[in-house]
Amino acid sequence: MTPLRELNAALHGPEPEQHWCVLNPRGAHALAAGIDAAIEVEIDGHAGYYCAGMNKLATVRVHGNAGVGLAENIMSGRVVVDGSASQSAGATGHGGLVVIRGDASARAGISMKGVDIVVQGSVGHMSAFMAQKGRLVVLGDAGEALGDSIYEARLYVRGQVAGLGADCVEKEMRDEHRAELAELLDEAEVDADASDFRRYGSARKLYNFHVDNAGAY
Amino acid sequence: MCGIAGLFSKSLDVSGHLGGHLGAMLLQLSDRGPDSAGVAIYRHPAPSGSSKVSLFSPNPEQDWEAVRHELADTFGAGDPERRASHAVIVVETDADVAQAWLREHHPELRVMSAGQAIEIYKEAGSPRDFIEAFALDEMQGSHALGHTRMATESAVTTEHSHPFSTGLDLCLVHNGSLSNHNDLRRWLRREGIQFETDNDSEVAAGYLTHRLREGATLEQALEGCLEDLDGFYTFAVGTAEGFAVLRDPIACKPAVMAETDDWVAMASEYRAIAVLPGAEDATTWEPEPGRVYSWERAPV
Repeated sequence: MTPLRELNAALHGPEPEQHWCVLNPRGAHALAAGIDAAIEVEIDGHAGYYCAGMNKLATVRVHGNAGVGLAENIMSGRVVVDGSASQSAGATGHGGLVVIRGDASARAGISMKGVDIVVQGSVGHMSAFMAQKGRLVVLGDAGEALGDSIYEARLYVRGQVAGLGADCVEKEMRDEHRAELAELLDEAEVDADASDFRRYGSARKLYNFHVDNAGAY
Repeated sequence: MCGIAGLFSKSLDVSGHLGGHLGAMLLQLSDRGPDSAGVAIYRHPAPSGSSKVSLFSPNPEQDWEAVRHELADTFGAGDPERRASHAVIVVETDADVAQAWLREHHPELRVMSAGQAIEIYKEAGSPRDFIEAFALDEMQGSHALGHTRMATESAVTTEHSHPFSTGLDLCLVHNGSLSNHNDLRRWLRREGIQFETDNDSEVAAGYLTHRLREGATLEQALEGCLEDLDGFYTFAVGTAEGFAVLRDPIACKPAVMAETDDWVAMASEYRAIAVLPGAEDATTWEPEPGRVYSWERAPV
């Protein structure tokens, strides 16, 4: 077994190989975290916490499930999970694309800041909490308190929403939204019709949106 | 942070190596809980009319033979099976009677568990040392729970370690922390539940004991936790027939479950399940918050 730090150090090297395979990951944490190169990494099995965290430019594919904090704070590139992901998938991500073919559990896309997240299954409670920018697409259902205290992120859900969080409302699905969603589904290699989705976003009623509070500074 | 693990065997092969498998799981969870470790293992049920007690003595020179003699003279008792600081004795009386007698006549000993099949072993110190000292590798059994502890709410001692016995053949392991344990402990004491430490998880164990005594099923008792306990938790509860898992309603603490034809397992992290035979092909999922999952075998 290659020690985890050796693997990650090699991935962080000045001129890393183009294609990598990680065999027998056995749920190890921080697999392929912190890559800053346009390389491809295939993980053949289940990954632990923080897989592909802080990713830049790379494509990381997990042929299995992923633990807590998948692609946390991703900056760019692409992270694709064949199975399901645990809590806080794509949390705080600034850019790039995270695709989860199965379900994502609670807090998917929490505090997302520009990342696009496509979940083919369902997401758990508190997903897109305080989401600032980017798009969360859910083909299945969303759990309680979706989009609580959301800022400017856009949420697209095809299935049922158990409940919307504070200041999150359903919004009209216009042509421009269908067009951007179709493009995103295409990029994620997901076969679905953009017109089957509903859109949710911020009602912009919380404190920070209120002009009366501008005088506090 | 703590690590918890549960393993329920569905095959003779897994039962034959249950302790070894559980030890391998606990080793993976050492980072989550480096300061103490413990297991509850269900095996070799005592014959009907007899019961089994797990005893802990802080005295390394403990004379277990003397204890056995007294038990044998009073009720009839088998040879003590010693493991590090613990000994398991089969006593020819009800578990309640044996437990009460031991508390009265040997207050220096601690009854870790009592029942037909349950045995509890736990100790302060690293999980690796624990696994070795208690020779987990050689233990067979039908199902088992384990815990690695990183203490947050009370002291690092063997008494404060998990699993906590919650009644005959019942035990609890907990990852998390409870906020209203002082209030609950006062209330439960008035209801006649005894506590031996100031540990928050022991209160959860006492809560379950109380609900079960009042006639609730295990599932009802666990559902009561959702109402009455304030805090973070993933619980695994062992019974004579199997085990149950419950996460708090907002899923503050992690849990993964997996099942094959040969076993059902739960653990705080997947890497503890990855060490089990055939894990890569197991059905693997994250239990939903606020939902009771349970596995049981039909009583023999």
